[in-house]
Amino acid sequence: MRRALAALGAGALFGVGLVVSGMTDPRNVVGFLDFTGKWNPTLAGVMVGAIGVHFAALRWLGSRGYPVLSADARPWIDGRLLAGAAIFGVGWGLAGYCPGPAVVALGFGTSSAWAFMLAMVVGVLAGERAARDRDAAVTASTPARAV
Amino acid sequence: MFRALSGGALIGGAATLFWFVNGRVAGVSGVLSGALRERGDRSDRVLFLVGLVAAGVVATLVRGGAGAGGQSTLPLVLGGALVGFGTRLGGGCTSGHGVCGLARLRKRSLVATLTFIAFGALTVFAVARVAPMWSVR
Repeated sequence: MRRALAALGAGALFGVGLVVSGMTDPRNVVGFLDFTGKWNPTLAGVMVGAIGVHFAALRWLGSRGYPVLSADARPWIDGRLLAGAAIFGVGWGLAGYCPGPAVVALGFGTSSAWAFMLAMVVGVLAGERAARDRDAAVTASTPARAV
Repeated sequence: MFRALSGGALIGGAATLFWFVNGRVAGVSGVLSGALRERGDRSDRVLFLVGLVAAGVVATLVRGGAGAGGQSTLPLVLGGALVGFGTRLGGGCTSGHGVCGLARLRKRSLVATLTFIAFGALTVFAVARVAPMWSVR
């Protein structure tokens, strides 16, 4: 019950933060990415606020002995990370939505939010498949190392 | 800028809550993917997404309308597919790499964040010149 309430509350708080800061309006996102035009710094302010609070909170939790680092099966920087981030960036610039604001926008009930979401779900499933295939290919082509 | 910073602070607080109680990173693309594909217990992730949508519903009720401007369907759908594909290939989005990863000082997340901002900026630059009818207004 505690876990369920926390998950629901965290989602709601996260969503309110996105709405309050204007991140659910694609114009603010595209305005931030428009460095050669009329630059809109809102997204940078949101990042500073979010990273600052999360960083300080994790530090504090860490100092009290709680785990801070997430388990990561793939801690390295490779072609998969770079290609994925580049493809995401192109889609972000085209639509002005990233996954968080897109999910919140479902609650606005607009057809554009649902169109984006359906396409994104298809992309997520295809992306997971592509990531798995690529990892399998890399593993197969890497000679076994003695441990 | 006050609204940006305070909204950001709420996001940082939410990410901390989700990590501390549920043990999960509040990366929305990863949470969405897990909610779609996980065969075991996915209640944490589904409830987090329900909370996000609920925030959107409340916002619509409070301000009495959807708010966001209109967009052409083609860039919207193409963008959605690329965002979904790219975030899963790259292992994170604006929240997973950009907020949670950077708050953990992860080099991998810094590289990803700089990459998607650069490619997003290039895309906005190109669309404004090559296909202005696709521009987000």
